[in-house]
Amino acid sequence: MALTESIKSSVATNTQDKPFLQINNLIKEFGDNRVVKNVSVNINKGEIFALLGSSGCGKSTLLRMLAGFETPTSGEILLDGKNIINDAPYHRPINMMFQSYALFPHLTVWDNIAFGLRREGMAKDEIADRVEKMLALVQLDSFGKRKPHQLSGGQQQRVALARSLAKRPQLLLLDEPLAALDKKLRERTQLELVNIIEQVGVTCVMVTHDQEEAMAMASRIAVMSDGVILQIGKPNDVYETPNCRFVADFIGSVNMFNGAVEVDEPDHVVIRTPECTHYVGHGITGTPGMAVSVAIRPEKISVSADKPAQEHNYVYGEVIELAYLGSYTVYHLKLLSGMIIKANVSNTSRHGAFHPKWGDKLFAHWEDDAMVVLTR
Amino acid sequence: MKKFSKPAWLSGKTAVIGIPYLWLAVCSLVPFLLVLKISFGEMDASGPFGTLTSYVDGVLSLKIKLTNYIYLAMDDLYIIAYLNSIRYAALTTLMCLLIGYPFAYFMARASQSRRNVLMMLVMLPFWTSFLLRIYAWKGMLSNNGVINNFLMSVGAIDAPIHMMNTEFSLMIGMVYSYLPFMILPLFTNLSKLDVRFIEAAADLGSTPWSTFWRVTVPLSKSGIIAGSMLVFIPCVGEFVIPDLLGGPSTIMIGHVMWDEFFSNVDWPMASTVTVVVILGVLIPMGILNKYQSEEEQKL
Amino acid sequence: MNAYRWFGRSWLAMGYFFLYIPIIMLVVYSFNSSSQDMVWRGFTLHWYEALTGDDEIIAGFFLSLKVATLAATCSVVLGTFTAYVLTNYRRFKGRALFKGMASAPLVMPEVIIGLSLLLMLVGMENAVGFPPRGLMTLVFGHTVLGVAYSAVVIESRLKEISKSLSEAAMDLGCKPFQVFFLVTLPNISQALVSAWLLTFTLSLDDVVVSAFLTGPGYSTMPIVIFSRARLGLDPRVNTVAAITIAVVSVAVVLSSLHMARTERRRQKEISAAFKH
Repeated sequence: MALTESIKSSVATNTQDKPFLQINNLIKEFGDNRVVKNVSVNINKGEIFALLGSSGCGKSTLLRMLAGFETPTSGEILLDGKNIINDAPYHRPINMMFQSYALFPHLTVWDNIAFGLRREGMAKDEIADRVEKMLALVQLDSFGKRKPHQLSGGQQQRVALARSLAKRPQLLLLDEPLAALDKKLRERTQLELVNIIEQVGVTCVMVTHDQEEAMAMASRIAVMSDGVILQIGKPNDVYETPNCRFVADFIGSVNMFNGAVEVDEPDHVVIRTPECTHYVGHGITGTPGMAVSVAIRPEKISVSADKPAQEHNYVYGEVIELAYLGSYTVYHLKLLSGMIIKANVSNTSRHGAFHPKWGDKLFAHWEDDAMVVLTR
Repeated sequence: MKKFSKPAWLSGKTAVIGIPYLWLAVCSLVPFLLVLKISFGEMDASGPFGTLTSYVDGVLSLKIKLTNYIYLAMDDLYIIAYLNSIRYAALTTLMCLLIGYPFAYFMARASQSRRNVLMMLVMLPFWTSFLLRIYAWKGMLSNNGVINNFLMSVGAIDAPIHMMNTEFSLMIGMVYSYLPFMILPLFTNLSKLDVRFIEAAADLGSTPWSTFWRVTVPLSKSGIIAGSMLVFIPCVGEFVIPDLLGGPSTIMIGHVMWDEFFSNVDWPMASTVTVVVILGVLIPMGILNKYQSEEEQKL
Repeated sequence: MNAYRWFGRSWLAMGYFFLYIPIIMLVVYSFNSSSQDMVWRGFTLHWYEALTGDDEIIAGFFLSLKVATLAATCSVVLGTFTAYVLTNYRRFKGRALFKGMASAPLVMPEVIIGLSLLLMLVGMENAVGFPPRGLMTLVFGHTVLGVAYSAVVIESRLKEISKSLSEAAMDLGCKPFQVFFLVTLPNISQALVSAWLLTFTLSLDDVVVSAFLTGPGYSTMPIVIFSRARLGLDPRVNTVAAITIAVVSVAVVLSSLHMARTERRRQKEISAAFKH
């Protein structure tokens, strides 16, 4: 895992002179409906880039425009410097792994993988060699003669991956790669998938609505909503430093306090909300009186029965809901103002003494650096 | 911002649509327009293809004779034939529904393997020649046919019952031929019916009889309509069955058209009858089409 | 519950009895030695013998076979075009008219189809001296009917095929033409066979359109049978019926068994895959 992390981060920071894939001002309209609204993204060679968003946000349309199945209304797509916007899908050095796998039912696994190579006019023995290599890559060495309906879901997915990598494309597109798998299989496949892609070294753009999947697999994420990209960054950055309420809310859970800036200093700000006073340990670009939101992740909040020593950054409430999830417990506290906050508390000891129950009154508190101040 | 026109690689589309379109235009549109034109003319020495338009003294005039249509409206024969056709078609549809619905229902209730056998047994007559099966009924219902001979040989009757060339023989032939057309869509529809609907109804306290009328029948509505249309519409224009099994009292419009064409050699008249029948068919067809596209929207 | 089941069984039994009794009668009486009526006078193979010398029917049979083969093949080709257009092109000018024209032969009475096509063909003959009525016009008329039926069969199969299959093919380097032949066609092959068989049978059995469009000397088998049937009862018709029924029954039973076996094998393979 650590090795993958280091590879991912090195790739992410290794921005070259010219990004490998440049999407410039891409717009897509279906009649009166503008689905992709002036999107511009730069993707680097060799990175795994995720387009994250809920259904209808335009991410699939964007992916299909990269593949060539939709024609943009305007804009350009530069792959390695060349504008491919007018190229048909069969002329682009791009291959896609479909959500439904789209394996050809009338062909064997071997023929499925060889399909694209045959269209290229590759020599027979070269094709055989490449197909064998692909089967080995996805660990389906002896499955060549089978037909798709004779494979399990996970095996079908691996064939689909092998098929999309067989032609050594410059860009690999993944459309909701893990959506069709059940949870256990999904976790295992996430890692396998990343390993294979990095082993091959291909630039990859994936589309997903599952933020855990995006965070686990991608080196950079773009959060999309309603046809617009809201934020691009490494998973860590997007999670800990969301740039707007939507992103903060979309990724993981978040507690959102709404209030106004009271004190604005270069090294700290004090924000007053109906629930409490927030002392934020860094400066923000803003003015006193400005309306802002303070976002705090549930895992940054600690709970206690006794009042904490600090002056700011704590609230008092009643446990109205608690969910024991094994590795941690989620407490829903109803505050005096009526707001309900969530706190995730790790179960660090097997039989700890502190076990709040429904109806208990607790204090919830957090550190100076746990908050993100959002202005939009 | 540059706007893009349709990419070049999609232009083969015109050819792909064009070929069948051309075919269909030649098969359906051109003949219909021609028939329409002829119906406005009359039969003369050179044939029915007299020109409708004439260019005289620099003036283009259109000569449309509605004589045929007026004649059609006034002559009893045609009106009776139309009404007969609709009446028999409606009766046939009803009978097919009454016989076919329970049939399809019980077929759908059978176990999966039996269902296939039952289906095959229904399809087998369908694949056998339609003409031969009508001829078979002639053999059954004639005065010297199987049924009469059997009844006479066991002494049930003294003289043969006159069954041929009557409404009765016509109806038997029609129902017999069109029954599979009713059973098929009903069976498809009923076999796809989720048993859980019926279970839910029972769970909520409905008796089997009541469940049937309040749950099963409404849910099979599209099958009923499809089957009825598949039977009614072709029935109206049936020719072979009335010709072989029907009689002078059961004149149907198909027969009239045939006679006008072959016996009277009055092509414009035949065309006129054709046009009216086509319009009469277009309306149920329009309803069917609209219903089908509504169903497709729902999916 | 018992009464309910009995009711169902007897209804089905009566229904099948009604469906099959004329067919059985046809076969039985083909062995009857009476020529005038349907009284059983004794078993004989006389009529089958007579059939071998019946030039009219034999010629009609071979003509029907020829017409049916040609018409079925043309129908499937044109029907595939039609079905493809209807499935893949959801929006183009005149689509409603296209759809209407494609399904018109399904609901039009055959007399109308025959009449209008004949008028058009006569008009053509008057204008350009082509085509003469006979084999070509018969094939033409049967194809008109056949295209409508095969389009329905093929369209329903095309709809089942996921759009992503053709997209995947294009993604892997297939031009649209190649997609059709390499991916679409193999996956609709069974529907193509069904459509061919359906239109073949329809053509073989057609009376009305053939009567309108045929020319002198081109009597198809149904036309021969029809003219004889109009005159009265003819045991030779029974023999033709018996042979037809035998052939069709064998074909239907064999294909049903074959389909059932293929389906069982396929299900076994799918469930085996899940064990891994």
